[in-house]
Amino acid sequence: MKNIITIFVLLIGLVVNVSAQKYFTKTGNISFHSDTPMEKIEAVTNSATSVLDMETGKIQWAVLVKSFSFEKALMEEHFNENYMESTKFPKAKFTGSIDNAGSLNLSKDGKYNVTVTGNLEIHGVTKPVTSSAEFVVKGGKITANSGLKILVADYGIDIPSLVKDKIAKEIDIKIQATYEAMAKS
Amino acid sequence: MKPWLNLRTIGLVFLLGLHFIGLKAQDEEEDLLSLIEDPEITNYTFATFKTNRVINLHSVENTAGGVLDFKISHRFGFLNGGFYDLFGLDQASIRIGADYGLTNNLMVGFGRSSYEKTYDGFIKYKFLRQSTGARRMPITAALMASSAIKTVPFSEPDRENYFSSRLYYTFQAIIGRKFSEGFSLQISPTMVHRNLVKTWDESNDVYAMGVGGRIKLTKRMSINGEYIYVLPNQIGPDYRNSLSVGVDIETGGHVFQLHFTNSTSMIEKGFVTESVGNWLDGGIHFGFNVSRVFTIVDNNKK
Repeated sequence: MKNIITIFVLLIGLVVNVSAQKYFTKTGNISFHSDTPMEKIEAVTNSATSVLDMETGKIQWAVLVKSFSFEKALMEEHFNENYMESTKFPKAKFTGSIDNAGSLNLSKDGKYNVTVTGNLEIHGVTKPVTSSAEFVVKGGKITANSGLKILVADYGIDIPSLVKDKIAKEIDIKIQATYEAMAKS
Repeated sequence: MKPWLNLRTIGLVFLLGLHFIGLKAQDEEEDLLSLIEDPEITNYTFATFKTNRVINLHSVENTAGGVLDFKISHRFGFLNGGFYDLFGLDQASIRIGADYGLTNNLMVGFGRSSYEKTYDGFIKYKFLRQSTGARRMPITAALMASSAIKTVPFSEPDRENYFSSRLYYTFQAIIGRKFSEGFSLQISPTMVHRNLVKTWDESNDVYAMGVGGRIKLTKRMSINGEYIYVLPNQIGPDYRNSLSVGVDIETGGHVFQLHFTNSTSMIEKGFVTESVGNWLDGGIHFGFNVSRVFTIVDNNKK
């Protein structure tokens, strides 16, 4: 009898152990723009992936560089071929954590402002970044919004002098995602 | 004796073990993204050539859907014109044309050449795209058909001349591969049909094989070359195979192609079957193609 109880307790422990909540998205929306008086460049993707582990506060993002779509086909080609070199560096990644993850309760409706710190890898160059993010939980639906500005030069992306008036030195990135709870395995 | 290694104990130890594995797994869980499976996607090769022409030949590239590519192509006179003709700069043959992408794989184009006052139109359809990943395809392939109307007066106005005698047709397959970032190669089996030829010895249908390639030197510059081998006994003895070498320079919305070629005409029926220049004695034109693209239909709003 005693043993049966022990087994039971252990089993419960196991269930609790694997149920540490994780959230994910495969349809993360990332857009960026470069504004100069000469040219406005905008690109968007809806296939970024992200996983958020609420137990540790860790968060990761990844996006295929080639998935960005531009209004002008030639911009897209140049973005991939000349600037991001997407054949060599197919993905951009972010690995980091939510600093104040404790204040975030994704099972309760509300608006939560958090700070995310981590490393952003673009064009094979990794740089530390910090950004504020807003989580909105409403009726079980979790949406997250964030944005950051990065310097093109920081990531080893060379802008030739011929087009330097057309491409901004600082790029404005916006991130939006609807997270789903990951199925317990 | 009570066996300590009974089934129950083993079960307990196993369960405890699972806990540890569980804890360990969490500690090592660096790559959270590996928890969601990455759908395998098809990675299409892009930018096999900088523009839709190698030099004279069509490349495997198409003008993107909704994009207008305005082209001005120019061939100066032969270099062996010498100083008197300023090495050919006194003469010029020009083609003004526009290509338009109906979709990303289907394009049409029109042009007018000063050489024999010829109008031409073509349609090009890319039916295979080189790719890796979910769908693997080693090559890009396209079909191109063009027709041309020569509008200069007939050389023998006294005999009965038909309108159809002004017409020329070209059918071409283009098969290419981007072997690496720096090297692309294509072959272009070609057939040019001429309704009227000058002599009995010339064939109405001329079969030829074009080869074109490029070596990329920097992100925005490449060296291109092409050669068109015409199968024997089809064209007059004065005509030669077309050979061209040049550079592509890309500057944002423009592509400049500067080259040397022994072909005067910039359309298939001309450069495949009517090239007269001889490279060995300076029968070479200096020339350029300038391409400027205009986006007519916004990619994101299609």
